[in-house]
Parts: sequence; C-alpha cells; structure tokens
Amino acid sequence: MPIKIVFLGRLETAAGASEREVACAATLDDVLNALEAELAATLRADAVKLAVNGVLVSDRGKLVLNDGDELAFLPPVSGG
Amino acid sequence: MIADVRLLDAPFEPAGELAGFSAIHAEAGGIVSFLGQVRADEDVEALELQHYEPLTLPGMRQLAGDAQTRWMLEGLMMIHRTGVMHAGDPIVLVAVAARHRRDAFAAAEFAMDNLKSRSWFWKREKTGGQWRWVEPREVDFVDLKRWG
Repeated sequence: MPIKIVFLGRLETAAGASEREVACAATLDDVLNALEAELAATLRADAVKLAVNGVLVSDRGKLVLNDGDELAFLPPVSGG
Repeated sequence: MIADVRLLDAPFEPAGELAGFSAIHAEAGGIVSFLGQVRADEDVEALELQHYEPLTLPGMRQLAGDAQTRWMLEGLMMIHRTGVMHAGDPIVLVAVAARHRRDAFAAAEFAMDNLKSRSWFWKREKTGGQWRWVEPREVDFVDLKRWG
C-alpha cells in the first residue's frame, strides 16, 4: 500500500492538492525526496508539524514508516 | 461534569445553544459565554476554516479536560465551525457554567486563547475572488503564554 500524505492549510496550496500518495518508503527523507525540492524544503521547516496516523511526531529522526501510513503536514494554526 | 464539545460543518444558532446550556446548568451561579463571528468586511467575501479530523476534535476534548482541571466548573460547552462562512456567521461559541464567576470568566478566556492559537484549525479568506491563507498573529501567542 502506498503512503498517503495530507497537506493542511497553506501547504495544500504549496502542494497543489490536499492529498497525495507516494510509494511505500521507510523513512521521512525517502518520502520528502520523492516530492519536488521546493515543496520538500517547505515541509522540512521547523514551524511545520507532522502527524503520523493521527499522532503528533516529536522526533522526526526516529520515525519509521509502514505501508499505508497517513502523514499529515501541519503548518502554524489560525483558528477561532 | 461532562463537557459538550462539538465540531460542526453547518451553521448553528448560538442563542438556542446558550438557552439549552443554561437550562441544564440551573445549579450554576453564573454562566460566561463568548461568541466569535465572521467580521463584516467589505473586502472579504467568505472565510473558510479547515480542520484535520484525527486531531481537531480530540484536541478540543483535551482542552475541555484541561479547563476542568484548572477551575471549578459546573458545565462547559465548546462549539466550533468548519467549512465556508460569511459575514455575521457564528464561528465559535464557548460557554462556561460555574459556582463562582471568576472561574467562569477565566475558563472561557483560557478556552478561547487555546482555540485561537493552539487548536488544529487553518483559516483562509476570499478577497477579490481569490482564497488566501491567514497566518497566525503574534498577539495570539502572547495571549496563550499567560496560561503557562
């Protein structure tokens, strides 16, 4: 199963879509390297948070991905 | 106390919600409420709030739980819209029932500060037919810092 990437807020505009799928990858770098360089740089920014299967990731370096995972990239929020 | 926390993708009626809330919290000495609505602005044609299903509502429930541990509350209601809205539409309604008014004021303000700058929402505005994402404001983070 591919990995599903979800782009929230302004990242949706940057990616040109709210969701994308990439071939199964073991690490976050593999996923990011499969995207356009400019988009990947935007997603690597400190201000962008990451959730995998609905759980926030505190240490991106330790992340191990599995088939069918959903990765959500979350830019700074603006609610209310 | 069970908090009433809702994420709605359709319009709601704040007056009716508040009437229902006060009716079930007759034991509370006071109720504080805050209503956030889409500001009338001749340049802004529409406003949209986006959310992320796995995080947004669970985060709001956690926020309600935090408020309950910080203050003595009799009741707590948090309703937040998602989707496209227009001038005058209600966006968010927070109501807090408590025995003592200071607890109710503080908890309502705490809930709003967190909903604005920590909850999982992304806002965009439509001006001149174009959608534009709204970046967070520095003052929202300053507001949040008061709560430690």
